[in-house]
Amino acid sequence: MLPELGHFALILALLLAALQAFFGIVGPALGRDRWTSATVPAVAGQFVMVTTAMACLVASFVRFDFSVRYVAENSNSALPLFYRVAALWGAHEGSLLLWIFLLACWTLAVTIGSARLPQRFAARVLGTLGLVSFGFLLFTLLTSSPFLRLEPPAADGNDLNPLLQDPGLASHPPILYTGYVGLAVAFAFACAAMLEGRVDQTWARWARPWTTAAWAFLTCGITLGSWWSYYTLGWGGYWAWDPVENASFMPWLMATALIHSLAVTDKRGLFKSWTLLLAIIAFSLSLIGTFLVRSGVVVSVHSFAADPTRGIAILLFLVAIIGSALTLYAWRAPLLRSSAGFELGARESFLLFNNILLVIAAATVFGGTMAPLIAETLHQGALSVGPPYFRPTFLLPALPLLALLAMGIHANWKRGRLGDSRRMLLVSLAIALACGLAVVFGAFADRSVLALAGIALGAWIILSSSVDPIERWRRGLSLSRAVLGMTAAHIGLGVVVIGLTVVESYTVERDIALGTNGSAQVGAYEFRLLGTRPVEGPNYSAVRAEVVVSRDGHRLVTLYPEKRQYWVRRQVGTVAGIKNRYGSDIFIALGDDLGAGRWSLRAQIRPMILLLWLGPILMALGGFVALSDRRYRAASASAAARVPLAAAAKEPAA
Amino acid sequence: MRARVSITRFVIPLVAFALIAVVFAVGIKHSPEVGTIVSPLVGKPAPEWELPLLDDVTRRIGSKDFRGQWYVLNVWGTWCFACRQEHNALLELQRTSAVPIVGIDWRDDDAQAREWLARLGNPYAHVAVDHDGHAAIEWGVYGAPETFLVNPAGIVVHKQIGPMTAEVWRRDFASRLPPPRRASS
Repeated sequence: MLPELGHFALILALLLAALQAFFGIVGPALGRDRWTSATVPAVAGQFVMVTTAMACLVASFVRFDFSVRYVAENSNSALPLFYRVAALWGAHEGSLLLWIFLLACWTLAVTIGSARLPQRFAARVLGTLGLVSFGFLLFTLLTSSPFLRLEPPAADGNDLNPLLQDPGLASHPPILYTGYVGLAVAFAFACAAMLEGRVDQTWARWARPWTTAAWAFLTCGITLGSWWSYYTLGWGGYWAWDPVENASFMPWLMATALIHSLAVTDKRGLFKSWTLLLAIIAFSLSLIGTFLVRSGVVVSVHSFAADPTRGIAILLFLVAIIGSALTLYAWRAPLLRSSAGFELGARESFLLFNNILLVIAAATVFGGTMAPLIAETLHQGALSVGPPYFRPTFLLPALPLLALLAMGIHANWKRGRLGDSRRMLLVSLAIALACGLAVVFGAFADRSVLALAGIALGAWIILSSSVDPIERWRRGLSLSRAVLGMTAAHIGLGVVVIGLTVVESYTVERDIALGTNGSAQVGAYEFRLLGTRPVEGPNYSAVRAEVVVSRDGHRLVTLYPEKRQYWVRRQVGTVAGIKNRYGSDIFIALGDDLGAGRWSLRAQIRPMILLLWLGPILMALGGFVALSDRRYRAASASAAARVPLAAAAKEPAA
Repeated sequence: MRARVSITRFVIPLVAFALIAVVFAVGIKHSPEVGTIVSPLVGKPAPEWELPLLDDVTRRIGSKDFRGQWYVLNVWGTWCFACRQEHNALLELQRTSAVPIVGIDWRDDDAQAREWLARLGNPYAHVAVDHDGHAAIEWGVYGAPETFLVNPAGIVVHKQIGPMTAEVWRRDFASRLPPPRRASS
């Protein structure tokens, strides 16, 4: 009964989404206020229906209902409760339902949060969101319903993909999706503005907190994914430039650009059409990300559920949504004019460069991800690009971006002189360089220009971002949450840059073969294999090794790396043994049984890797603090502040 | 008032997206079907294998017995959900195709396997048992079911990951086989 109820709820949700889109877009267009005001009830109804569907699927998983095909394919009677719930997004159909559910949540949040927006504008935002939701619901119902029955019912399920049976990964998709879907809100704000035919500072102030929230979730999601791949995939890598990783990274880069461009639109009323375009592109990339993961167009380790027939449906949906948004853009954006100018050294210029460099960075990632596809289209045969392409091409825009960030924070709006900050910038640069030299020559004694540049840039960003807030705090002046959040996010970025540089430059890695009581020296540490023994988990059996790590003859820690064999899928999973010591990781993963009690092991010493996880947390935290600033909550719909854009065309656009 | 602005630059994103969409469309057309992960084994000699038979564990069967003929090797198990799904397709193939299907019962209980075949029908010309999974490792099996097509020279011609269907057979297996009269010789 429950699956049928869920299916029915989805159909009702589809109808309500259609109503939401219709009332939200057509109502304001025809000036029918009663239609317009019907949008909000449709949102509420859709939310209730989608939530019901979610609950039905969760209940089917919890109750081991193996007559539901999706449940049978992705869970098992031995699967613990936590993973039975997480199994919901273990494959394609459930992931889509999660996407729809999160979109319904965001839409509801927008409805509640936009009580102060002009009714027509709010309706247009909700209408656009309804259209997106309609597309996803239609796609789900036509090609990938999770509620299909299995005839006859399976005796037991096929179990959840073992790669997903991990707390890190179980929480990674929902958080990442929250970010992906959140960009739909920015997209909807942009579409609504284009439908209204005007963009102004008030508009930017409405759109900012939503964009920042989506960005912060995206930051968390990507970090969780990276952390997960670091410690469960067994190869100790945290970023592989895999197509699916890129699919989450590109929207992040564009969302970062969007946040900064919105700041300019908010404070100075500039970059209007550019901001709109960024909002469209950011969401488009998150849709394309979904497409890449789900269609099987790009083969990747992450494509748990790829299916080209669905790919065509997703492509049609992409063309409909992105194509119409870009058409709207081509039609409406020429009407938008910016009415102010700025000097070369002003903050606007720095943010312009920030945007250009971020777009270049996203474009290089996009190019690399698409390269295999493009080569195939041009009949150039199989071509695939990996880290050797991505690393240098990504650094090219990234390094100047970091340097400009350290300076740009101190630039003033409109005026082009750095003035008093010049001395401070030079002093902080000198300190940062000294830090870099100290690390490069002191701690690691390995001279690499890139390592020096990375550490110095990271330190410079941290110093330069903290100077002003510390100064204000010392003088007892108040600090707005927006500034506090921005500072935290920039410091977080500096921390990531330093962490990345050190980890990339100074990781020691060795594959070793050890017999019982054998030992090997890796870096400053000695690894001794005491032995292996079989262990049993709830739905797997494993071999667990006992490895003692010591340094200078002192025993530091015993690590227990595991190699698991999951019963149902007969798939192998690795759990590395990791000990964090002063921010550095001692990492050991169990490889293959070489026979006669000998095992292959991979040992790594990753210095300061903790920074790689702390930095993004600080960035996301900064985002959340910034969006809680009072000025966004106070942003009311005073019509007087809103000047029709087309009428305000005096000076050339930036 | 409507300012006279060239709209060309505002159309650029739309044109760029159209190009990307075309690339995607071509990509879908060329994309591998579900489960065709390129195996390093395809195009190479099949691993040498020899395993006991399910019906009579004292007798063994192996690659030597199939030299000079086409055969399909299907890795399955009674514990495997998707194997149940493909079972009817395999039964159908046994009726319609001349190529023998060799089953490798992977990490399974022999009694359960016999019961399964008795109950659902046996599509296999021979069923070998791989209790410890060593043969499956040799074949690079990632998860059941997997199906291999091996030619008379002992070369793996194709590998299918995931359930066999009539569609998969027609497209990926039958198309690689010689015309029926020669295959049945």
